[in-house]
Amino acid sequence: MSKARVATASLAGCFGCHMSILDIDERILTLIELIEFHKSPINDIKTFSERCAVGILEGGCCNEENVEVLRRFRENCDILIACGECAIMGGIPAMRNGIPLEECLREAYRTGPTVYNPSGRIPSDKELPLLLDRVYPVQEVVKIDYSLPGCPPSADTIWQALTALLNNEPMNLPYELIKYD
Amino acid sequence: MNTTRIVIEPVTRVEGHGKVTVLLDENRQVQQARLHIVEFRGFERFILGRPFWEVPVLVQRLCGICPVSHHLCAAKAMDGIVGGEALTPTAEKIRRLMHYGQMYQSHALHFFHLASPDLLFGFEADVSLRNVVAVAAKYPELVTQAVLMRKYGQEVIKHTAGKKIHGTGAIPGGVNKSLADDERRVLKDGIAQQLVWARGALKIARDYTLEHIKELAEFASFESNHVSLIRDDGALDLYHGGLRAIDADGKIIFDHLNYQAYAETFAEEVRDWSYMKFPFIRSLGPEKGWYRVGPLSRIDTADFIDTPEAEAARKEFKAVTGGRPNHLTMAYHWARMIELLHAAEKIAQLLDDPDIQGKDLVVKGKRREEWVGLIEAPRGTLFHHYKVDDRDRVVMCNLIVSTTNNNEPMNRAITKVARDHLSGVDITDGLLNRIEVAIRAYDPCLSCATHALGQMPLEVSVVDHEGRVLGSRST
Repeated sequence: MSKARVATASLAGCFGCHMSILDIDERILTLIELIEFHKSPINDIKTFSERCAVGILEGGCCNEENVEVLRRFRENCDILIACGECAIMGGIPAMRNGIPLEECLREAYRTGPTVYNPSGRIPSDKELPLLLDRVYPVQEVVKIDYSLPGCPPSADTIWQALTALLNNEPMNLPYELIKYD
Repeated sequence: MNTTRIVIEPVTRVEGHGKVTVLLDENRQVQQARLHIVEFRGFERFILGRPFWEVPVLVQRLCGICPVSHHLCAAKAMDGIVGGEALTPTAEKIRRLMHYGQMYQSHALHFFHLASPDLLFGFEADVSLRNVVAVAAKYPELVTQAVLMRKYGQEVIKHTAGKKIHGTGAIPGGVNKSLADDERRVLKDGIAQQLVWARGALKIARDYTLEHIKELAEFASFESNHVSLIRDDGALDLYHGGLRAIDADGKIIFDHLNYQAYAETFAEEVRDWSYMKFPFIRSLGPEKGWYRVGPLSRIDTADFIDTPEAEAARKEFKAVTGGRPNHLTMAYHWARMIELLHAAEKIAQLLDDPDIQGKDLVVKGKRREEWVGLIEAPRGTLFHHYKVDDRDRVVMCNLIVSTTNNNEPMNRAITKVARDHLSGVDITDGLLNRIEVAIRAYDPCLSCATHALGQMPLEVSVVDHEGRVLGSRST
């Protein structure tokens, strides 16, 4: 049987959910026997070269690039999992949603005590993706199949969810695995 | 400006955290390579108005790879706000234990999961080999060991912070728990094996560096100033001390600087093409005042290390350059493994210290309005500065994170690689790999998770100054 392909991405997240995947510890060696982390989930998004069984998303959308990546994931993955608080609700980055974006940029690039910015310019080079007006949870942009709560979800939660999906079994997530902090 | 742009997007498309552009002049010579950090969060603004005791838990969400660093740095700042910066012995030792656990897991992750494919398979290796899964196929024991080393560090964090990622252990003026008997026992049972593995990891990094010293001397390297925290007696200290800066020859620029005055000493230049600022030492100006931080800078800057095995390793490291600062970009890995062993030695010492089971956890004193926290995070010096009003609300926040301090150096490193390895506009595998390898030596968090879980292939396009695509390829 060919291995199931799994793609992962960190959008506007902190990589903590990816680190929690690594916290499955020795089980990662079992996991790489069961699945293939897709060759290019994480590079050439425009030509996601093969279809993936599962896409795991960390973080919400804070810029246009996040949105584009998220849409490619939806197009190319059978099942999409919103992994962690930021993907599900926007998380800590969404604390900027009540504040005009301009104020956030001004604080970082003009008024801070160590800022040196004689021209007063805010970074705006064409290589920088456009920031969105607010941070959007992933399900406000595409359809999401499963949500794993936590900041981050524990390694056991991720392991249970992923192995259930790969074995075509229902997810059994007791309260201990979906409560946090 | 009449330039040609070559855009290399190692991690951006999905990771969304950075991309590289190589700018050519009219003669098709490399003018500059730029690492664009494309992420912007706005922490310094949206944290305003939050109660100060939330901050250590909140700001660690800046980075899930080394959250303990932000957690402890913010807690150190809040210690000053509550007048509790003179911690109880138990509180300081629990925090240090947490910090060494963090250093241990992060350095193991960085070296094995992230960098080892480059060292084991070479810079020219096929892209299918350049990931930890390929290392697992060829060196299964090494990867098993790497997984268990990271696990041990995470266990230390769990027992001191309450949780492996985004814990809650440090609070203003102290900690909220010390170690229980069973927690101490389980960590003590594991440390002997960790010391063995840490020695082995150091040997791999040392042997690799010495065997390839000629190649590495040229690779992505340049001379620079170095900044690090230093203990009163000049020892390496990752948790507390004053700041020392040295120049490229090792001469002191400033020493034992009280970091409460950091804002008079450091500034950060804003450039149009990156959301990450470019710090420099004010007295030297933006052109000459930039510096490096992190393992290489710490080993270069310290007079000695206060644990015996890491000190012996430091002496050997220093002997290579005859006592002068080592400036090799790839020597970061060797320095990192010296610190890995140091962290293991420190954990072993602390686990034998009765204070880690003490009950006196928190102190408070005269309330202040403003304080600066500073710590040596795995990737370098980390600054947190806050002002708090009389209703406990944060009214000012300024953060200079470790990777930001290395912003100019990372750009220098990839510019050096592009100059040495780009001919015309022909983009070779070797060039792409080497750019990644150079960034990874410093390890901005952007490349870390990607590479740990799979491959990090590149997409490159050559675009002229009018936006025409001259050619493109992906690995």
